[in-house]
Amino acid sequence: MTTTAGRKRYLSDNPRYLAALFMSPAVIYIIALVGFPFVLAIVYAFTDISTGNPELDFVGWETFRRVLADPVFREALWNTFLFAVIANVLVVVLATALAEVLTKDFKGKWLVRFLVLLPWVAPVSLAAITWLWTLDSIFSPIDWVLRELGLITENVYWLGRPASAMASVIAVHTWRIVPLAAVIVMAGLIAIPSEINDAVAVDGASSWRKRFQVTIPLLAPIIAVAVLFGVILTISDMSVVYVLTRGGPTNATQVLSTWAFIKGIEGGALGQGAAVALFLLPVLIGITAVVLRLARRREVL
Amino acid sequence: MTWQDTDVPALRRRAERRHRLGRFGTYSAAILFAFFAAFPFTWALISMFKESSDLYVKDNNPFWFNEPPTLEHLRLLFLDTNYLTFIRNTVVVGLAVTLITLALALPAAYALARLRLRWGERLGIAIFLVYLIPPTLLFIPMTRVITNIGLQESLLSLVLVYPTITIPISAWLLMGFFKGIPMDLEEQAMVDGHSRIGAITRVVLPLMFPGIIAVIVFAFTLSAHEFIYALAFNKSSAVKTIATGVPTELVRGDVFFWQSLQGAVILIAVPLALIFNAFLDKFVSGFTMGAVKG
Amino acid sequence: MAVVEVRGLSKHFGDVVAVDGVDIRSEEGEFLVLLGPSGCGKTTLLRMIAGLEQPTAGEILLGGEDVVGLPPRARRIAMVFQSYALYPHMTVANNIAFPLKAQGMDSELRSAKVQWAAELFGIERLLQRRPRQLSGGERQRVALARALVREPTVFLLDEPLSNLDAKLRAAARDDLMEFQRRIGITTIYVTHDQVEAMGMGDRIAVMDHGKVRQLGTPEEVYHHPADVFVAQFLGSPPMNLLESANHLFGFRPEQFLPEGIAKDETDRVPFTFHVNRIEYLGSERYLYGHIRGHDKTKIIAMLPVTVTLPIAIDEDHKFSVARDQLRFFDRDEGHKIPPQALDA
Repeated sequence: MTTTAGRKRYLSDNPRYLAALFMSPAVIYIIALVGFPFVLAIVYAFTDISTGNPELDFVGWETFRRVLADPVFREALWNTFLFAVIANVLVVVLATALAEVLTKDFKGKWLVRFLVLLPWVAPVSLAAITWLWTLDSIFSPIDWVLRELGLITENVYWLGRPASAMASVIAVHTWRIVPLAAVIVMAGLIAIPSEINDAVAVDGASSWRKRFQVTIPLLAPIIAVAVLFGVILTISDMSVVYVLTRGGPTNATQVLSTWAFIKGIEGGALGQGAAVALFLLPVLIGITAVVLRLARRREVL
Repeated sequence: MTWQDTDVPALRRRAERRHRLGRFGTYSAAILFAFFAAFPFTWALISMFKESSDLYVKDNNPFWFNEPPTLEHLRLLFLDTNYLTFIRNTVVVGLAVTLITLALALPAAYALARLRLRWGERLGIAIFLVYLIPPTLLFIPMTRVITNIGLQESLLSLVLVYPTITIPISAWLLMGFFKGIPMDLEEQAMVDGHSRIGAITRVVLPLMFPGIIAVIVFAFTLSAHEFIYALAFNKSSAVKTIATGVPTELVRGDVFFWQSLQGAVILIAVPLALIFNAFLDKFVSGFTMGAVKG
Repeated sequence: MAVVEVRGLSKHFGDVVAVDGVDIRSEEGEFLVLLGPSGCGKTTLLRMIAGLEQPTAGEILLGGEDVVGLPPRARRIAMVFQSYALYPHMTVANNIAFPLKAQGMDSELRSAKVQWAAELFGIERLLQRRPRQLSGGERQRVALARALVREPTVFLLDEPLSNLDAKLRAAARDDLMEFQRRIGITTIYVTHDQVEAMGMGDRIAVMDHGKVRQLGTPEEVYHHPADVFVAQFLGSPPMNLLESANHLFGFRPEQFLPEGIAKDETDRVPFTFHVNRIEYLGSERYLYGHIRGHDKTKIIAMLPVTVTLPIAIDEDHKFSVARDQLRFFDRDEGHKIPPQALDA
């Protein structure tokens, strides 16, 4: 059928037309609602816009200079990177172990799965509030247990001292992300052909050798995906730090996302807030690139 | 074949011992993980029923009741705050966002998975890159935009913006699921006389059921958790969601209504965890297909 | 003594009985085939011998010792899987070395053994490649090298040829046989392909629904099947089976010849064969039809091409079978019975 009428009637079967039709709603939506504000954020960073001065006055690099000159910014940049890396290294180790446990059969597995999912399904802000009490300087249940066991006499001021505050933030991030990462790794474990596991049994490898020489190398691409998610979730999250410490004590736990919020919304300096937030991108893209490259090197299939 | 140099019964005992050690290891690990994951919640579960005179005593056992439990704080939660409104708002927004996400991400995922486009590969990566742009960067200009269109202080603002978070990840998930369905099925349907769209709706979509469920659960959760946009757009109590409403209403200045706060957490987290647990297997199979391919 | 022996071996998966009281003794150096349709329990049986499944009941003896409770690595067995199960992320050399590493062998001795195993199968030049770069036949050789590098006493194979395409299969089969004969290792081989089984096995254990129906040489199971199942599973096309009074009798298509063709015409049982359809397959002719008096049963005759006698379709022809080639089976139970009188 080569008439134009015929061609039109089969247009809906034409792959290229169909592809455009299927993709355009999502693409247009995202360009409009992400692309536009993204460009706007960049514009803001080049102005001195604030709640007091809502005009878009172009000031060149001045806002960036102000932001970079602030020592808190450097602290925030470093912390963002540090927290993301430490938390996610922990996540990888714990999630892989948890995934292995969850693929075995044992009594009470359903209950364990339920409990282990709780950190992930609870909304971040609310879980953070629960942790706020758990780490409270007076009433912390952790401190109570430690006191009862006779291990300490005075409470640990978890959130009041820089080192323990940083550790607490990292711990809460890790705690929250491990369930999601474990589910992702579980998927990878199940994808390993069962005959490979049989071959390992016949070849006589101990379970540790199996883990490190067969299972984990084969899981590498999936672990990369889990790490990617974990890193994105850690870096783009604001609630954990904001609720627990608001960036304190004395900015010891400040990260880019909270600093942007504090500067931009609480402080009203929208331009500076945008400039701070923009630095999230190179950090995210940088870590993503590193993870992907590490995964590609171990690319198996 | 000789076993002269080996003590077979000893080998058997060693194997049995190793097996038992393995079981012990599995159980211990499982218990440890469960404990560390859940202990803040066990504390929360107890606290939500604790009298303040019990809670605010430094040396009282936080994991049990030193005074009889009370429902006072739950009453406060449900009657003195807009908790029920928050729940309603969260559900409404969640459902709307999930619908929009499915409507936009399903076709896009299909196109990326099936229809071989020159720019298909790159577009897939681009979508993932969009996911990298965090709300913490966008929310300042986004707030301006929302205010300019007059949608501030409304649930619609959230319904409009949340899909930017849920669509990229849902499209990627669905892409994996689509790739797992053989092309033969659609081709068969088209040979039988259906148009491509007909083939998709009749044959492919029913098989996508687990993937669609995974996306529904995921998208709903993401929109229920979202904090920054909700905080920035909606300041009036009537349009807050759980994630913003609970912290702001139950923390007045320096005063934390701890027990009610914990009640709020438990009442949300437990049902969500039950649902997730039920769908976990389907979820896992979806990730397998998506991740192996890219 | 028997290298591999199973006594009363059973495996239940819940209510499903996969293996039902199997007794087998395998001799030194023997190539024993476990043959049967899918689901008959042959793979489960093999996996129990390997130690990958635990039996519900019964004993497994390797070299006279009961090995139930021992993990696979303690049993001195080697196994080749249907998919070969090569470790995709390791080089060929590391694949072969893996079992030796697991034993704690030092690296000098290891490389020597890897080299030896590779040379055994002619794959030295592939040692630095990865599995995905190899052809199906090459992968099989690597799997074999990995299996044999430990110098096991028993060699287990689970349908290793089924993933190869037909052309490769014959060559791979040949390789496998030649090497087994050379090394002389006791081998247990699982397959559903009866041609493979007949061609390769010293003895064949024909299995169905978890039970061994017959254990014998290819000649025994083909010409003296113990029951209807064995009779019809072996042979392509399968044995023709007919009902008569109170028993069943059968004969193979190649034994069903036109009158006058057979070399020895003494004591042949005549039949009237009505031919419906003929297939010319190059080296033989298949004649499809039925026998007068048994109109409902489809009968196949197979004539080699050397028999040039023209056969017309839709006509009756006089065919016959040698009386001593007829096989008789119990009508209800299916097991073989001594020769009976024929009516009709």
